[in-house]
Parts: sequence; structure tokens; C-alpha cells
Amino acid sequence: MPNPWIFRMAWRDSRGSRRQLALFLSSMIVGVAALVAISSFGSNLRKVVDDESKTLLGADLVFESGRPFGETMEAAIDSIGGAQSRLISFPSMAWFPAGEQSRLMTVRAVEGKFPFYGDIETTPASAADGWLADGGALVDAAVMRLFNVQPGDSVRIGRYFYPVAGRIDRMPSENQMMSFFSPRVYIPAARLDSTLLSRGSQADYELAFRFDDGRDVEALVENIGLFLREEEVRYDTVEEVRESWDEGLTNLYRFLNVVAFVAVLLGGIGVAGAIHVYVRRRLATIAVLRCLGAGTRQTFSVYAVQTIAMGLASSVTGAMLGIGVQMLVPVALSDFLPVDVPFMVSWGSLGAGMTLGVGVTAAFALFPLVSIRRISPLLTLRSTVEIGQTSLKDPLWWIVFGVVATGITTFSVANAPSPGIGLGYVVALTAVFGTLLVTAKGIIWAARRFFPSRWSYIWRQGLANLFRPDNQTNTLILSLGLGAFIIGTLFGIQRTLLAQLEVSEARQLPNIVLFDIQPDEIDPVTRIVQGKELPVLDSVPIVSMRLASVNGRTVSAMRADSTATWAHRREYRVTYRDYLTESEKVVEGVFIGEADPNDPVAPVSLDQDIARDLDVGIGDSLTFNVQGQLIPTRVASLREVEWRRMGTNFFVVFPAGVLENIPRFYVLLSRTENGEQAAGLQRAVLGGYPSVSVIDLSLVLSTFDTIFSRISFVVRFMASFSILTGVIVLIGAVVVSRVQRRRESVLLKTLGASQSEVLRIMTVEYLFLGFFAALTGLALSFASVWAFSAFVFDTSFRPDVVATLVLLGAVPFLTVAIGLVNSRGIYRRSPLDVLRTDM
Amino acid sequence: MASILSVRNLTKTYQSGNRLLTVLHDVSFDLRRGETCAVVGPSGSGKTTLLGLCAGLDRATSGSVDLSGERLGAMSEDALARLRNREVGFIFQTFQLIPTLTALENVMVPAELRGQKGPRERASELLDQVGLGERMSHYPAQLSGGEQQRVSIARAFVNRPAMLFADEPTGNLDTDTGATIEELVFEINETAGTALLLVTHNHELAQRTGRIIRLRGGNIVSDTLTRA
Repeated sequence: MPNPWIFRMAWRDSRGSRRQLALFLSSMIVGVAALVAISSFGSNLRKVVDDESKTLLGADLVFESGRPFGETMEAAIDSIGGAQSRLISFPSMAWFPAGEQSRLMTVRAVEGKFPFYGDIETTPASAADGWLADGGALVDAAVMRLFNVQPGDSVRIGRYFYPVAGRIDRMPSENQMMSFFSPRVYIPAARLDSTLLSRGSQADYELAFRFDDGRDVEALVENIGLFLREEEVRYDTVEEVRESWDEGLTNLYRFLNVVAFVAVLLGGIGVAGAIHVYVRRRLATIAVLRCLGAGTRQTFSVYAVQTIAMGLASSVTGAMLGIGVQMLVPVALSDFLPVDVPFMVSWGSLGAGMTLGVGVTAAFALFPLVSIRRISPLLTLRSTVEIGQTSLKDPLWWIVFGVVATGITTFSVANAPSPGIGLGYVVALTAVFGTLLVTAKGIIWAARRFFPSRWSYIWRQGLANLFRPDNQTNTLILSLGLGAFIIGTLFGIQRTLLAQLEVSEARQLPNIVLFDIQPDEIDPVTRIVQGKELPVLDSVPIVSMRLASVNGRTVSAMRADSTATWAHRREYRVTYRDYLTESEKVVEGVFIGEADPNDPVAPVSLDQDIARDLDVGIGDSLTFNVQGQLIPTRVASLREVEWRRMGTNFFVVFPAGVLENIPRFYVLLSRTENGEQAAGLQRAVLGGYPSVSVIDLSLVLSTFDTIFSRISFVVRFMASFSILTGVIVLIGAVVVSRVQRRRESVLLKTLGASQSEVLRIMTVEYLFLGFFAALTGLALSFASVWAFSAFVFDTSFRPDVVATLVLLGAVPFLTVAIGLVNSRGIYRRSPLDVLRTDM
Repeated sequence: MASILSVRNLTKTYQSGNRLLTVLHDVSFDLRRGETCAVVGPSGSGKTTLLGLCAGLDRATSGSVDLSGERLGAMSEDALARLRNREVGFIFQTFQLIPTLTALENVMVPAELRGQKGPRERASELLDQVGLGERMSHYPAQLSGGEQQRVSIARAFVNRPAMLFADEPTGNLDTDTGATIEELVFEINETAGTALLLVTHNHELAQRTGRIIRLRGGNIVSDTLTRA
């Protein structure tokens, strides 16, 4: 049983320092708040996804096919029964005559009562009920806002006009992110312009079922699974959708959890730094206690109790704050979520967050606390006794280190999609923390070793503060550096990704794409483009086909024994030409531009990656099925394709002379100089050829920008926890050093230093700390952005020089500002007052 | 009378840069129960080192110290702490009060550590005895130097120690206050029958003890009885 004296002494000893101790340990508050918020939200989200899984699909079962269901399939559908609803989805231009604007959208033509589960939310609300019967259209909310379309205006899709019944606020089975990629317009299938389907090959046919007879859907699809595969019909069940959302959301939530954990760790470092100084300031008291007969365990416990009590207080505060922050999480994530997540407190998350907060506080505080055991009672007689410098030789220190390292690794692995990635987190974290720590040690060493003794007094004092006893160099370099690293990485990735898209602007590359042009339309459409004095940068035919067999083995046989991959099953859009483009080069074999009319086997060229996915090489044979007609080919060459380049790129290129008589459509690339030209071209083309789709790539760029800004908002939201923790650690560290520096400042004042000199010394110290922390953090962020560019985005590294320079200025500025604000009042203290108090 | 403190061939060396510095050299003496003794000598003669070793605050390089019949060198840090708590009282030049504890709480610490019943009553009684009955709830920063040293004296006697170690108890005080404190130490010590080992520069103070050990360069140069 713990000695009650320990608690009494802990309470008494904390007098006069409680506010300070609370501030030291408050660096845990934000991290715990983030953890509790994310974890509580995550548990609610999973619950909602489980509860509303039917809404996620909108039906009990959905069949999906890239072509209309055949007769056998229709017979099967008939026998399955239940309530049925059909949807046809395809991309098409939607033209809004009110503002003479058009946009490529995903048209969803509905027949029946889809969605069976969940409600369509529209503005006006009545539109959700009447639109289908009234023959109206429901239009994506963002598009309506962008084009200022009002209910009652009309939209033309293909040859037909539809009155806009209302805007879609929420559609079961869809999330907001989908509408960024391709905004939706819902129309009644009964009024669909069928010419849009007859020639197009991009439509997706869906059939949704609702069963009210409690049927076992999983068993049903298992029974007819083989048949569905033969018919090339995919299916989705409620269970599958739920699992897939569950998996995706769990990964998202785990990722956010890891980000929150970084804030907790940073807080832990703040705690360790603060407790280190706290203990050093208690040396005399500890020595007296030891002298009066307190055992090592007792003295250690006095401070451990104080730390844990404050850790508990800050964890409870953090957890309460987390509940508040939880309300903000859905705001940050709403675009990515399929369902509304109501606010509920997850007690489990609350408990786990608090436990983790106390655990991390205790664990990190142990690093400095273990040195208490080595404080000699002899300090009461001599103030020069060496203590606390031999931590690395203390086995207990290493045990604490082992426990902390194991804890961090366990948490990371438990919250990563795979153990490998979890260990990756740990390695990355260790690398970042390690580099910052080495930098801090390096600064301390270099400042001492190369001390510029000829510098002015102010600069020498400021610089010397970096290595004097009780300096805050380690803690501040770590916390500030980590903040700079996170922000720098974020800006760097954003810059790298946007730079890729801006290339097309800078290099006079195509920025407008016309596709779905039928063979009889290509000449007149080309004339329209030229008539607008716009260049035709490329005009290529495209034929849709699927693989029938690879080296004699049929794809259906591969599907049957599950050896077929995505590359075998996908639909290929291929072109034919007798030349290579700028964005591709042959890496193996010989590119053959024209087919030999006497050779029935066409020599094709494959992208090297798809060849790898198909497991084929030069000389292997592929047979394609083009609308029922089988075309044998052999792989004549492999190409390396620069997919990021704006233009038309293909997995498979046929030689000229094989596909010319097969149904095809054309894609034409052009370049407009401004939005007005682009809109003019769209109007002219759609006026005469409504089935032709026109994509303005600058619009794609802005869409990408929107999507990225949403993602980056989430990342910034999470990063803000770490940054805020960093600021608290900074304030804590400054307050700690204020206590250290107070006596010194007063002595300086007594000896004749002016207020401005005292403040300038502090400014120099914080300036050095802020600058080196920012420099190291930003250098690390360059490495991290480079790694992301090379391994994740497969693109060239483009550092954000402007943001880097701004951060390099901002971090030291912020450090100095916080430092000086917290140091105010030092000079005003009377020397006698301070010297007497600190005796 | 039996020895409360027995010091035999005590040597203490420190590593100072590359060379060994011998601060105490082969020192031996005994102190009987209730005996008072002053250790005097110039700065650097090894007085404080000797006090630290005798009180079990430091470890000897060679030789032995027996306090209340226990060999200090063989004891663990925690066992030494328990022995100090039970048998030893301290008075320091710089008072060494815990700044976050009131006068009363400071005095109570040794008794509380020992787990004694009624430490508050005993501490109050001692504070009354040293004339601080009205200032028990004051913190050290609110007390004058002399008052702080009186609290320290009360604390030294709270566990009725057999041995009192005092390191320049009047060194930080003005002459008048120093004299008052001096009176108080000897008065309580005599009443309690505690053995006293006092380290001081002050010859008058040393003369009030029954015996004076003179140190020079880490060696005992004389060990004489006084008329006190």
C-alpha cells in the first residue's frame, strides 16, 4: 500500500508550482483531445455504417454490366423477382441553356423506385418525390451553384430538354467526393435520348433489387455467381458494400489516429523537457528529503505522483475538449463520408484517450524522473555535486526507453493498414525525431565548440543560452522542427501535385478534349474547331474491345479458375496509328506502324506495365473481342508511356490497316487560350453534335484543386493538433526558461544592463532556436516530399520554394514573439525581490 | 560510555582532472553518546567532507564509519536514509528548509517519514520551544534567516536523534542572531542529551563544545578537550 506521506508531500511540494506544472503537462491536452475526437468519431462512424448499410447501396442487391443485359440474363432477373429498379449511367455533356453553359456530367437515367433505402435529399424538398413522374431532372448541387441554375430552368442532355426539378443535396449510395470527380444529373430513363446509348460504349447498366421476403442475398449471389461471371455481370450486396466502406473508413480513421498520436508524442516530449527542468529546480528539496531519511523510492514517488496527477488532469481536460472537437470532425470529413454521422459520445474512446494520455505523460516523465534516484543528499552540504548526467548508464532509463519504444510501435502497428506500414510509421517517426534531436545536440555542441568570442555581448549571451545548464534547445528544436516539418511536407506535396498539372498550361499542350465523336462527325467537328481558329493538336480514333484470350487460354477460363486479373477483365480503348507520339518510347521489340494485309495476326504495341499485369512479352498472342468479332494479335513491341503528359495515351496501339472498318469514335485535342474561347467551342460543337463530349482541362485543373484543397483541409485540420501542441510546448519551454533566466536577467539588470539589452539577448536565443528548428524541419520535409514524389505519386520533385522561405521566416518570428510575450515582466521585477525569493 | 560515532582510518579521494585529490587522510576518532565536538580548520581542510561521511551522506574511499553501532559503508542508500531518519539530526549553514512547506510541515517531515504518531503535536511543541509558536504556518520565504534556522533546529530534534550534525549553523547569520541560535542549539542539545558534531570556523562557537578536532590538509592535527 502506498505511503500516505508520499501523497501529502506531493501535494505540499507542488505548492506554488501547480500552475506551472499544469502548463508543462498541458502539452498533452491537445493530443488527447485529437485522439478522443477521432476515435470517438470513428466508433460512431462504424456504428452508423453498420446500421445504415442498406442506404450505402440503396438496395438489397445490385447487378452491374458494361452492356445491356442479354436475354438469358433478363430471364434470370425475371425469376429472381423482388422490387426492381434500373439505372443507366454514362458520361455526357449537359447543356444549361439559361446561362448557355455546359459541363461533362455523369447522367444517371432511372427507371423504378431507386433508391429503395434511404431518402434522396433535394432543394426544394418536394423535388425528391415528383421528379421522376414529372419527367424532370435532379442536378448536382455544385454545378447548379456554379452555373446559377434555378429549379424550373432546363437542362439538355443529348437531344432532349428536361426541366430542372431541384438540386441533389444527398443521394444514398453516393458521397460528395464523387460529385467532384464527375457531377451527377438524374433523369427519368423513360425520357432518355437513346441515341446517346446506341453509339456510345461507356454506359453502365445497373439493376437494383429490393426483397421484402427476408431473402438470403448472400446465398442467392453465391448460387448464381458463376452464371453472373459468364454474363460479365458484377454484383454488389449490402454486406460487400458495408465491408468495403468499413475497411476504407477504418483505414482513414486509423490514419487520422496516427496523426493525432504524433501530437500526443510531441506532447510527451514537451512533458519530458518540462519535468526535466522541474526536477532540476527541486534538487535542493530532494536532497533535503534524502538527508532527512526519505528513501530513493519515496522521493521518486513524490514527483511521480505529481506528474501522474497533472497528467490525469490534462488528459481529462483533453478528453472533454476532444468531445467538443468531435463535433468538428464531420465538418472536416463530410465530403468523404457516405452517411451523416450523428454526435454521440463514445465512452470507450474517452477512456482509451485518457488512459493513453496518462500513460504517455507518465512514460515520458519517467525519463527525467529516474534521475531523482541518483540525487545525492550530499547536495545539502555542497551545491557542486554532479547529478543526472549519467542517464544513459542507468539500466532503468533503458527500461523506460524500451517500454516507450514498444508502446509507440504497438500503437503504430495496431493503427496501420498492415504491420509493414505500421513499422514504416515508426521508422519515419524515428528518422524525423532522431534527425531533430541530433540537430539539437549538434547545435549545442557547435555553439560551444565554435563559440564566436568576438561577437558583441548580446549575441554571445544569446548564443550561450543554447548550451547553458537547463537550456531548452532539445525540446524546442524537436517541437518547432516537427511543426515546420509537417507544414512543409503538406505544402510540398500540394506544390508537387499542382505543378504536374500546370505543366500543360506552360508548355502549350492541349487543354480541351472533344470525345465520343462518331466517324461521320469527325470532319465537321474538325472544321468547327478550325473555324474558331483553334489548333487541332491531335485527332485519334478509338475502338473499345475486351480481351478474349491470352496465348490461347480464354479469359472466361481464367475467370472461372480465378486467375484473371483486372487487366484481363477490363475494357480496352485502343487506337491505331503508324507513328509513336512524344509521350511514348519503345523499350522492347519493334513498333510496327502498318499491318501486313496478308498476315491475319496484327502486330500490336503494349504499354510495359499492362504487359506485366497480363504476364505477356514480345511474341505472345492476344485475341481481342471487338463487338463479337475476334481479332488475333501478337505483341510486337513494349512501350514506356508517360501517362501524366496531357494527350492521348493508350495501353494498346494497333497498326494502321486492321481496325479501320470497325465501329469507333474519335478524340480530338485542341488548345484554347481562355475560358471564353472554350465556352464558345463547347456551344458550337454541342449545337450541332449533342452527343460529342467536350472537356475543358482547365476545369479539370480547378476540380483537382478543389479536391486537393478538401483533402489538404483534412490534413491541415489534423496537422493543426500537432502544431498547436508544438506552440503549447514552446510556451511551456519558454516559461520554464523564464524561471531559469529570471535570476540571470535580474543580475544583469543589477549590473547595469538595460531592458532592451535583456530582451535582445532573449531574442537572439529564440531566433537561433526558431531558425535552426525551421531549417531542420524544412530540410526533412524536402526529403519527405521527395519520397512521396518518387514512391507514391511517381512524379518529379518540385519543392515549394516560396512556402519554404515563408516558413523559414515565420517559425523564428513566431518563436521570438511567443518568447518575448512570455518573458514580459521579467525586467520589471525588483532585483532584491527576485534574489531574495531565489536564495 | 559507548561510542555513538566511531571513525577509523577514514580516507576520501576525488578524481580532479587527471589526478587524485586526497581530501581526508587516514582520520580516526570516536565520539561518545551525549559528547559535543567541534571540527575546525581552514577552508579546504576537509571539515565538510568529514561531516558528510560521518552522516552517511557520502561514501568513503577507505576506512570505516560506525554510527549507532552500524557500519555505514556496508549499507545501501535506502538503509542509510532510514538510519539518518532514526538517529541523526542536521543543522545546515543555509538552513535547507523546503520552500513549499510551512514551518510546521518542515519540522514534521522527519517524523512523518518515520511513520510516528502525532507528528503535528511534537513539531508544534518544538516550534514553541524555539519561539516560533506564532509562525508555524509561515513559509520559509516569509521568515528571516534567524527564524529559518530556528525551524531547522526544531526539525533536527523532532525524531529525538542520538546524533546531531551541524554545518556552520551561524555562518549565514548576523552576530546577534547567531548568538541566539548558538544558545538554542546548545540548550536543546543538552536537554535532549544528543551527541553533537559541529563544523565551524567560529572559535567562540567551537569553544562551547567539549572537544575540538583541528583539521589541516585532510589530517587531524590536534584533538583536544576544552574547559566547557
